[in-house]
Amino acid sequence: MNWITEHKIPIGSVMEDIVDWLTDNADFIFDAISVSLEFLILNIVGFFVWLPPFVPMIATAALAWFLHRSIPLVVFVVCALLLILNLGYWQEMLETFVLVITATTISIAFGVPIGITAAHKPWLYTILRPILDLMQTIPTFVYLIPTLVLFGLGVVPGLVSTIIFAIAAPIRLTYLGISKVPSELIEAGRAFGATPFKLLYKVELPAAMPSIMAGITQCIMLSLSMVVISALVGADGLGKPVVRALNTVNISQGFEAGLAIVLVAIILDRIFKAPGAKGEG
Amino acid sequence: MSAISIQNVDVIFGKNTAKTLAMLDDGKSRHQILGDTGDTVGVHNASLEINAGEICVLMGLSGSGKSSLLRAINGLNPISRGKLLVQDGDEMVDIARCDSTTLRHMRSNRVSMVFQNFALMPWLNVLDNVAFGLDMQGMNKTDRHQKAMHQLQLVGLEQWADKLPNQLSGGMQQRVGLARAFAMDTDILLMDEPFSALDPLIRTQLQDELIELQQNMQKTIVFVSHDLDEALKIGSKIGIMESAQIIQYDTPENIVLNPATAYVQDFVAHTNPLNVLKGHALMTPVSQLPGDEFGLHLDLKQAIRLQLDQGQQLIKVTRNTTELAMQYCSPEQDIALLSRKAITITPPDIGMRRAIEIKHHTGLPLILAEQEKVLGILNDDNFYHALLGKHFNTNFESAAI
Repeated sequence: MNWITEHKIPIGSVMEDIVDWLTDNADFIFDAISVSLEFLILNIVGFFVWLPPFVPMIATAALAWFLHRSIPLVVFVVCALLLILNLGYWQEMLETFVLVITATTISIAFGVPIGITAAHKPWLYTILRPILDLMQTIPTFVYLIPTLVLFGLGVVPGLVSTIIFAIAAPIRLTYLGISKVPSELIEAGRAFGATPFKLLYKVELPAAMPSIMAGITQCIMLSLSMVVISALVGADGLGKPVVRALNTVNISQGFEAGLAIVLVAIILDRIFKAPGAKGEG
Repeated sequence: MSAISIQNVDVIFGKNTAKTLAMLDDGKSRHQILGDTGDTVGVHNASLEINAGEICVLMGLSGSGKSSLLRAINGLNPISRGKLLVQDGDEMVDIARCDSTTLRHMRSNRVSMVFQNFALMPWLNVLDNVAFGLDMQGMNKTDRHQKAMHQLQLVGLEQWADKLPNQLSGGMQQRVGLARAFAMDTDILLMDEPFSALDPLIRTQLQDELIELQQNMQKTIVFVSHDLDEALKIGSKIGIMESAQIIQYDTPENIVLNPATAYVQDFVAHTNPLNVLKGHALMTPVSQLPGDEFGLHLDLKQAIRLQLDQGQQLIKVTRNTTELAMQYCSPEQDIALLSRKAITITPPDIGMRRAIEIKHHTGLPLILAEQEKVLGILNDDNFYHALLGKHFNTNFESAAI
C-alpha cells in the first residue's frame, strides 16, 4: 500500500504557492484594501466612542420603535445597553457592532447582486453552490491563516474572514427568493410591458424581499458569531476580552464578555428581524 | 381589417425547434415529438382572423393549447413559425418577428392581459395594482393614481383602493385584475380563464359585467375558457382546440348546430344549448307540417290548425273550429303581458329560452314569421329536441373525451 502514500498529492503546497504568489505579486492590492478598510472602521468606531453613550442608546431604541412599534422591545434594548455600559464593555461593544455592520454591508453589497445573477443564470448557481458550501463548512480557522498572511494583523483579516463566512447567506437566500417568485407575477410584469430592469425592481425584488431580508438577518448573526474568532487575529471588539479571559483562565471576565455578546446578538436579531415575521426563529 | 390575424402559427417549447417542425410537417403526433426531441408542441398550424370589437373565445380541455396560443398574441410564448399580426394604428405588427422595443410598445399600448389566478402584486395596494401597467408605461404617480381610481370606480371597488389584494375576495381580486387591464386603454384584451378560479355565482356575475362593459367599450377580446357554456354565453366567435390544433372556428350557434368533429359534439352535448340556439334552427318548417284539407296541424291532437295562402301568408289559426286571435311578440316585449288566448307570432331569430318561456306562458305553439311570411312553428317536440341535443345535422360515433 506504499504507493498510495508515496506520492502525496500537493493540495496543501499548491494552496501555499498560490498564497505566496499573491503575497509576492499582489501585495500592494491587499495592502491598499487593508489600509483603507482599517482606516474606515477605526474612524467609524472613533466617532461612536466620541459620542456620549446615551446617543447611540437612544438611536437604537428609536430604530427599534420605528421598525416594530413594540414597547417591551424598546425597554429591553435600553436595559441591555445600560448593562453593557455598566459592565465596562461599551467601547468593545461599539467595535463589535461596527465590525458586524461593516461585514454585513459588504456581504449584502456583493451577495445580493450575486444572488440575483445566479437566479437568472442557472449555470452560475451550479458553479457557485459547491463554493458556497465550501466557504461555510471549511473550519474558519483555516482561512484565517491566508487572510492573516495577506492582510496582516488587525481588524481587516477578521473582517475578511467574517465576510467569507457570512456572504453565503445573502447569496443563497436572494437566489432562493428570486427564483421562487411566482411565474404568474413575472408574466404579468412582462405582459404589461416591463423592461428587464423594471421587472427586476418592480416585481422580482419586492416579491423576493422577505427572503432577502431573512438572508440579511442571517448574515448579521453569522457575522456576530465570528467576533471571537476574528479576535484571534487581532480584531478589536467583544471577542478580545473573551480570548484574554481564556488565556488567563479569568472566569468573571469571560462570563461578562460572553453575556455582552449574547445581548448584542439579541438586540440585532430582534431589531432586524422582518416585521410581521415574529413567529419564526 | 382584422385586429388580430394569426397565420399558420406554431408554438413549440423546447430546444430542438427545427427538428420538431420537421416532424410536425411529417404528421408526427405530439407524443412522438415529445419522446424524440423532448419538445412540447403548444400550438400547431393555427390560423384565425379576429375582427375588431369581437369576443373570440378559445375553448378546449387543459393541454389543448388554448393558453399557449393566447400567450403567443402578446409574445409571452415564442412563435416558432408563422405570422401573428396585431393591429397598431394603421399597420399590422408581426409579433413573431418584432424587436423587444416594439414588443414592449405593443404590450403596454395595444394588448393587455387578465390572468386566471389574478396575478396581482401582493405587496402593492389595490390602487397601485391597478396602476401597475401605467407605471410600466412610465406615467407619473399622480396621473396614474387618478386614472387607476377612475378604473376602480368602473368596477365598483373605489373604497378598497388602499387595501392589499389578500384582503379581498376572489371575485374582487379579479375585478382589480380587470381594472388593471382596462386602465391601459388598449384595444385588445387577452383573458386567460379569468373566471375559472371563482365560485359559480360570482363567475356568472362577472361574465354579465364583462358583457356589459364590452357593450360600452367595444374592445377586441380573446378569451380562453374550458367551459363551453361560458364560451357560448360571451363569445361572438368560438375557436375549439384539441391537441394543439384549432378544429373549428365558428359562431356559437354554428358550433352547437354543426359540430365539426365528434370531440366538439361531445362538448356540445354537455352544454345547455337553449341560450345559444335560435328558433329558426330548430323549428319545424311549414313544408314538413302534416295537414289536411282544413289546414296544417300544429299539435299532435290536431286541434290547432293553420291556414296559409299561396304566398305562405297567414290567413287564420283555429282551435276546434273556433278562430284564435293572433299576437305579435317582438324581442323586447314583456312575456307576462302576452294573452293566453291568442297564438303568438315571433321573428325567426328568437332565442330558444325565450321561445320556451312564451310556450310556458301561453300554452300554445309559436309561429315563426318574417315579413308576414310564415316559416315554421315551434312546439314541445322542438323544445325536447333542443334539450336532448338531437338537433345535430351530423352524426358521429360518440367519442370518449
